[in-house]
Amino acid sequence: MPKILEYEKYVGRDVINELEFYAGKLTDVKIQNINSTSVGGGVAEILARMIPLLRELGINAYWDVIKGGEKFFEITKKMHNALHGQQVTYSDEEISIYLQTNESNAREMQLSGDIMFIHDPQPCALVKYRQHDEQKWIWRGHVDFSNPEMFTWNFLKEFIEQYNISVFSAPSFAHRLSIPQVLISPSIDPLSEKNIDLPQETIDSVLERFNIDKNRPLVTQISRFDYLKDPIGVVKVFKLVRKYIDCQLVLAGGGATDDPEGAKVLAEVQDVAANDPDIFLLLLPPASDIEINALQRASNVILQKSLREGFGLTVAEALWKSKPVIAGAVGGIPLQVTHKYSGLLTYTIEGTAFALKQLLQNPSYAKKLGENGHEHIRKNFLITRHLRDYMLLFLSLLHKTENVVFL
Amino acid sequence: MDNKEEATFQFYSSQNLIFLTGRKAKNLEELLSGIKEVEEMSIYYHSHHYLDQREFLSPEPPNDFFYWITHDLQNKVLGEVVASIDLRQMHSLKEIQSRIVEVIERSLMQNVEASLTNVSPGEEFLFMSVRTFVYPTKYTAASLSEFRYCLRSVPINSIYFHIFGTRFNKSLSSMSEWLSTSLNEVELAQKIEKIDPYTITLENLRDALIRIVEKRLMEKNNA
Repeated sequence: MPKILEYEKYVGRDVINELEFYAGKLTDVKIQNINSTSVGGGVAEILARMIPLLRELGINAYWDVIKGGEKFFEITKKMHNALHGQQVTYSDEEISIYLQTNESNAREMQLSGDIMFIHDPQPCALVKYRQHDEQKWIWRGHVDFSNPEMFTWNFLKEFIEQYNISVFSAPSFAHRLSIPQVLISPSIDPLSEKNIDLPQETIDSVLERFNIDKNRPLVTQISRFDYLKDPIGVVKVFKLVRKYIDCQLVLAGGGATDDPEGAKVLAEVQDVAANDPDIFLLLLPPASDIEINALQRASNVILQKSLREGFGLTVAEALWKSKPVIAGAVGGIPLQVTHKYSGLLTYTIEGTAFALKQLLQNPSYAKKLGENGHEHIRKNFLITRHLRDYMLLFLSLLHKTENVVFL
Repeated sequence: MDNKEEATFQFYSSQNLIFLTGRKAKNLEELLSGIKEVEEMSIYYHSHHYLDQREFLSPEPPNDFFYWITHDLQNKVLGEVVASIDLRQMHSLKEIQSRIVEVIERSLMQNVEASLTNVSPGEEFLFMSVRTFVYPTKYTAASLSEFRYCLRSVPINSIYFHIFGTRFNKSLSSMSEWLSTSLNEVELAQKIEKIDPYTITLENLRDALIRIVEKRLMEKNNA
C-alpha cells in the first residue's frame, strides 16, 4: 500500500503537514470502522486504502466486518435497492432477521471504539448496543439517498437518529434528520492502478489489443451496461456526431456477465450499434484497472451520460487525467463538473452530441476544461481530502459546539 | 489566537467541514424563507465556499444564491443583482443575510409571479452550513520582510483564512490590524483593506498582497 508521503507529489507538502497535524490531535482516540464486507464494492475498497493511511498517521483506526447469513444479505440487498427508489416490501420475518443479525454481531464483536464509524445500512442497527454515553457513533451512508422508498428510509431513520452524526456523499442525499449531517464526498486514489500515470507503450498496447486506431479521435464512456448509464443514448450521440467528425467510440465496463439485466442492456446496445466497426463494446473482467486507465488516457473526450448516479467517480477519474468530460447533471456529477469550466453538463442526446462536436473540433477549449477539471479533482476529490474530512469529522465530535474550532 | 497585540504574526490556516441541513427551496419564496431562517454559518458557506473550493474559477460566482437564481430559476436580472451585492462592504454575516433578503423581497414585490416559478425536481436549492477548523502553520513573521516571505510561502488556505475567515469574527487575527498595531504600518494596512478580495482568485490575491508589501519595503529601503 502507498505511504502518505507518496501523495506529496500530487498535493504538496502543506497538505501532508496538515494531515499530520490533525492526526496528532487524534492519537488517543480509538476509531472502529464496521461494514459488511472486506472485499468487493466501493466501501471495502476505500476502507482498505484509508485504514493503513490513518494508522500510518498515528491514529488507532481499525476495521471489523459483520457476519450474516444468506438471508440477511438478501434483505440488505433489498434495502439497498429500496434506498435507490425501488418499491419493496418486507415480511415480519425479514425485519426480524435484520435485527437479530445486528444483535448477534453486537454480542460477538467488541464495540469498543471511542468513535464507532458504521458504514451503510447492513450494520446500522448496531447503534442500539452503544456501550456508554461517551462513545460517539457515526453513520455513513454511501449510496444515493435522494429518492428512497419511504418504508425502508423510515425504518433506518429510527436507528440513524440514535447516532451522534451522519455522513452523506452528496447534498441531494440529505433529509431532515434530528442529528447533524455532514457532506463528505468519495474520492479517487491517484496511486491506484486505475489512476496512476501510465507509459505511452502501455496505453498503445491496450489500444492495439482491442483493435482501436490510436490515430483517430476516441470518445469513451466507462460504465456498467445499465439503463441508468444510458449506453444506448451514448451510441445515438456517437452516430449524430460521426455524421460530421471521423471518430471512434468505446463503451467499456464490467459486471454485465453476472447481471441478467446487464446482459439484456448489452444486447440492446449491440442492436443499436449494428456492428459499426468504429464502436467498441468492451466487457471487461474484474481487475481491468490498467485497461480502464489506458482507455481513459487514450481518449479525446470522456462521456458519462448517466440518467441517475450514486456519485459518478468515473468523472473524477477522467478529470484527474485532464480529459474533457461531458456528463449528465445527476448525483454527485455537478460537484465534480462546473459547466463550461471543468467540463460540460448535458441533459439530452442532442445536447450531448452538440457538446461532443464542440469539444472534438475545439481541442484548445477541450484542453482547458480538462486542465481546470484536473485541478478541481486534485483539490477536492483525492484520497488526501477524504482523509482530512474524516479527521475533521472525528474532531468535530470532540469539539461539539463551536462554529469555529481552534486546534 | 489573537495576533493584534503580538509582536509576531502567526499565520493560521483553516479547513471547513460541510454540514447538510436537509432544507430545500424550489422557488424564490422558499429560498427567501430559508435565507431568513438558517444559521449565519449557512450564509457564510453559501456566500464564500466558491472562493475556497473552486478558487481557480473565481472571480466567477462567489455566491450560491446568485448561481441558483440565475441558472436554475432562470431569473437573470435578480441573479445579477444578488451577484453584485458588495460583500466587501458588509461587516457581519447578519448584514449579508439582511441585504440578500432585502434584494429578493424587493424583486418579489415587483414581480409577484416570480415567487411561484418552481424549478424541476432535482434542481432545488439545498441549504448547507459549515464548521471551520483553524490550525497554526509553521510560518510566523516579526518584521515586514518576514511577512513578505510568509505571504509567498504559506498554503493558499492561510491566505483565505486571514482575508475571509477573519472578516466576520473580530476576535480573529487580521493581517491589517497586526500591520497597523504591531509594525505601525497604518498606510500599508489601509492599502490591504482596500483590496476587494471577492473579485480576484486566491493566487492573484496572494500576488496582490506581496506586491503591496514589496512596494512598501522598497520605499523603506530608499528612505
